[in-house]
Amino acid sequence: MSFEVPEDKQYLETHEWAQIDTDANTARIGISAFAQDELGDIVFVELPAVGDEIEQNTEFGVVESIKAVSDLYAPLSGTVSAVNELVFDTPELLNEEPYGDGWLLEIESIDTDETDALLEADAYEQQIE
Amino acid sequence: MELRSPPLFEVHAGADATVTAFGGWEMPVEFDSIRTEHDAVRESVGKFDVSHMGQIEVAGPDAAKLMQRLTTNDVSQLSVGTGQYAAITNDDGVMLDDTVVYRLDSDEFLFIPNAGHDEEMEARWDEFRDSFEFNCTVENTTEEWAMIAVQGPDSEALCLDAGVEVADIGRFEIDTVELEGVDCYCARTGYTGEDGFELLAPVTHAESLWKAFDCQPCGLGARDTLRLEQGFLLSGQDFDPESNPRTPYEAGIGFAVDTDTEFVGRDALAGPARDPDEKLVGFSLTERAIPRHGYEIEASDGSSLGEVTSGTQSPTLEIPIGLGYVPATHASDGTEIAVVVRGDRKAGFIRNPPFEQATTDQ
Repeated sequence: MSFEVPEDKQYLETHEWAQIDTDANTARIGISAFAQDELGDIVFVELPAVGDEIEQNTEFGVVESIKAVSDLYAPLSGTVSAVNELVFDTPELLNEEPYGDGWLLEIESIDTDETDALLEADAYEQQIE
Repeated sequence: MELRSPPLFEVHAGADATVTAFGGWEMPVEFDSIRTEHDAVRESVGKFDVSHMGQIEVAGPDAAKLMQRLTTNDVSQLSVGTGQYAAITNDDGVMLDDTVVYRLDSDEFLFIPNAGHDEEMEARWDEFRDSFEFNCTVENTTEEWAMIAVQGPDSEALCLDAGVEVADIGRFEIDTVELEGVDCYCARTGYTGEDGFELLAPVTHAESLWKAFDCQPCGLGARDTLRLEQGFLLSGQDFDPESNPRTPYEAGIGFAVDTDTEFVGRDALAGPARDPDEKLVGFSLTERAIPRHGYEIEASDGSSLGEVTSGTQSPTLEIPIGLGYVPATHASDGTEIAVVVRGDRKAGFIRNPPFEQATTDQ
């Protein structure tokens, strides 16, 4: 099975994506289509609050499917500027639109040097093959 | 440990099923999605490969006596072609496994131990047969049978469409049916709370049995959420002789114990054991969180009551539900509790199963 891997995003090996706005120094964060398929039906999402700091490669939240609990790892460090509250009531958005309405956080004050540790779409695609 | 593969393993691999190790078997856990599979069984019909379940056949003049001695229910109540749920207990009345016992003929029985328990039960039956000097044979035929469960309100119609004559098989009855020229056993039993059938076919005919039923294939994931909504026990998880030794009364299956019969464990179970200090309860949470095996259950004052044995987000009710043992003083419906999830208390209350009222009662 092949999964959508949008080229406008960069990926952490643990299957989180970041879409970076270099001008604004912000990023939007979510999980990949591969990740949501591996997890199965997502029924619960736990996220930090606006103003919290998250750190690259460190746990920032939890996603639970019917069968398993999985930690979420931050693709980049930054300060949470927005939380997608839709996913609390409608966690299946992560299954349905992992790159769209199923996004998780927006962060600001990111360090663009950290992007060196992320995978480009083609490299991530190879990882999940 | 080397995993046992069900006869349908290649068929499931071709269907892109996700597999998992369960009870020493490599079994399909998910074909499409747990929710899709779960809903199919609640709303129409689904099929499960349950070939990991054991089969032990006991036959001979003393077969009924041996079954009576080693299972907690009253085997003498079983007429030919009927089955009953029972526990298998040790001398202390602790459950080793739970099972369904079928009477195939006046001196011929079949019982279904849980995955990975077949060899242990075969040895137990052999040992007691010898010590009681009973005249019967005990045969572990787990590897000879494929077992398929067809479950859901439309299961009878689907079986009839497949040419399996199930209309005369009543709840907890078993009969021989012919499927594509091969004799199979078909029982009207299951683990979902819905109407349904469990069929046994020779492993050589596993694939034709599986393919005879044109419906949603379901894995162990949906099997677990379906049974949990009914509060049915999972052997090795909701009770386990090593890690969580429980009597049938503690586990809430006193209905399957008849202490007027003579069985191993009876003396321990007659008397005060009927009124245990701790009981298995169901609960649901009113806060958003998923209770999982091993999480702590607390009273409203914060004192510890016990641990969650099984929990999930109910796909049908869309609320968090679970099972666990708590003191009998806290076991009544409506009692406020909390489950500790990653250090946070999540409020809920005792809500004894079935959580979900299915089309038939088991």
